[in-house]
Amino acid sequence: MGGASLLSALACGVSSSSIGAPPHSFLCPTPNRRRKSRRKVRCAPITAQFELKPPPYPLDSLEPHMSRETLEHHWGRHHRGHVDSLNARIAGTQLEEMELEDVVVASYNKGSPLPPFVHAAQVWNHDFFWRSMEPGGGGKPSGELMGLIERDFGSFERMLKEFKEAASTQFGSGWAWLAYKANRLDVGNAVNPCPSEKDNKLVIAKTPNAVNPLVWDYSPLLAVDVWEVCDFSFLFFLSFFVFFFLKLYSGWQRACTDLPLMFRCKFVLFVQHAYYLDYENRRADYVSIFMEKLVSWDIVSSRLHIATARAAERAREDERRRREDDVEITNREAVEMYVDSDNDSEPE
Amino acid sequence: MGFHLLSPSYCCGYQPSPPISHGLLRFRPVTGIPKPSPKGQLHQSRRASKVLAYYGITTPPYKLDALEPYMSQRTLELHWGKHHRDYVDSLNKQLVKSPLYGHTMEELIKVTYNNGNPLPEFNNAAQVWNHDFFWESMQSGGGKLPQGGVLQQIEKDFDSYSNFRDTFVESAMALFGSGWVWLVLRTEEKKLSVVRTSNAICPLVWGDIPIIALDMWEHAYYLDYKDDREKYINTFMDNLVSWHAATVRMLRAEAFVNLGEPKIPVA
Repeated sequence: MGGASLLSALACGVSSSSIGAPPHSFLCPTPNRRRKSRRKVRCAPITAQFELKPPPYPLDSLEPHMSRETLEHHWGRHHRGHVDSLNARIAGTQLEEMELEDVVVASYNKGSPLPPFVHAAQVWNHDFFWRSMEPGGGGKPSGELMGLIERDFGSFERMLKEFKEAASTQFGSGWAWLAYKANRLDVGNAVNPCPSEKDNKLVIAKTPNAVNPLVWDYSPLLAVDVWEVCDFSFLFFLSFFVFFFLKLYSGWQRACTDLPLMFRCKFVLFVQHAYYLDYENRRADYVSIFMEKLVSWDIVSSRLHIATARAAERAREDERRRREDDVEITNREAVEMYVDSDNDSEPE
Repeated sequence: MGFHLLSPSYCCGYQPSPPISHGLLRFRPVTGIPKPSPKGQLHQSRRASKVLAYYGITTPPYKLDALEPYMSQRTLELHWGKHHRDYVDSLNKQLVKSPLYGHTMEELIKVTYNNGNPLPEFNNAAQVWNHDFFWESMQSGGGKLPQGGVLQQIEKDFDSYSNFRDTFVESAMALFGSGWVWLVLRTEEKKLSVVRTSNAICPLVWGDIPIIALDMWEHAYYLDYKDDREKYINTFMDNLVSWHAATVRMLRAEAFVNLGEPKIPVA
């Protein structure tokens, strides 16, 4: 049944997109929640599919820091593969009706992930990652974001250092995140005793494989992909530079024949060592380049804005609910006091 | 008794070995005698020299281009020369500061696994052992069918070799993230089984005996196969896996696990 609906959706083709887009997608144009439902008069079943969204810049615009080949491969094959697998797995299940973020949290299943989780999470993570970069990015953040960074980490440099360390120490595959954490207790009727904006803070987190901080109810602001695939792409890029310099050096070596042989050998060895970058350093360098040249602080600031608004909204909700509960308790207490005073007068 | 902590530079951490015979697992903690330093620590080191064991990198039992065209020389240069070497170096650095020394590699893995709460040294130690095991699980001209006792045991526990092969390939394809796929001899159940582990975990921590390993970290196949993992796994099974090594390991394992009724000769 699920398979048939998927096939019919594919058969219906792309042209129906103009007919089929539901009105709510225009009201809520947040980047992470776009989805399409396609409907054609002849095809009876309605199917909703997640689509592979392209990065918001041409694939060669991040050169020379991230090559077009890398993006074509990483986005065009890995990311696309996850989208296709996700659509196949959720077809016909109740996850099909949900938004991507809800699919991620639902399929995480509080720590016992269901099969669609890895695909849903990787689709979301990669969307988030492409959008965290921009051509000509880097530099420093400003405004509210910078203020919070300095409040929670001491300085921008310290935040960078912690971020790089998180990315480097993530063993195996995973992601490193900068997230906004609204400190809310998730235990029944407990409330944060003095809720204020000061209790919410920026944190750095690292997650294995496909996990992302949405499952802990954080608001992610920035992500960097530290699966080995990314390190390898970076190594290819850097190796071209080193080959170029090696070629220059060999020309120079022929010219300076009076240098002692020992020094020349040491220099060559040194360059070869630089070519075989340490695994740890390579990932650290990749993250450095990402932070210096690729990251889009504008997007991060706008995400922070949304996150703080969301946290404030929740705080107001909690406050309102608490006031309502207080009123209810006060009313109830009056009745109980009346009952208690009756009991108290009786001898034990 | 005095205790003199040696800096790693005095220990012979690297011992490239002569080509070793196929399939033999060797755990060689490297002991180093401190050389006298020019700074006059000679007197101290003679008086109170405590030999600490550090680990060295073992060379694969074949030349780095011997597995072409199935695993390129470039992959081996990076995988063995960089990644494996880095694990050894990191482990040695960690051991300088920790009280764990004097173990064989297998013991170190079990100790640092700490029953499921791994200590920081676990990842490096396990990866060093895993990679040693992996190089020895391959040979040039490998693949094809297992021989003799291994084939019999596979047919007994998986019904047929092709069943086993399908299970192995499926298990490897289903692995998400970084990890390893193993053919292990389970000591409790006394049978062969295919096991898939994440990151650095290896079946030694459960007391099982590994027979064959396949590295499914991206660095193992990405240069040669990009994201075509199925091709990599099939190539491993058809052209690389060393059933000779598997036979030797099975023979050794039979000394620890009773796989069948002993044949008592009738006088």
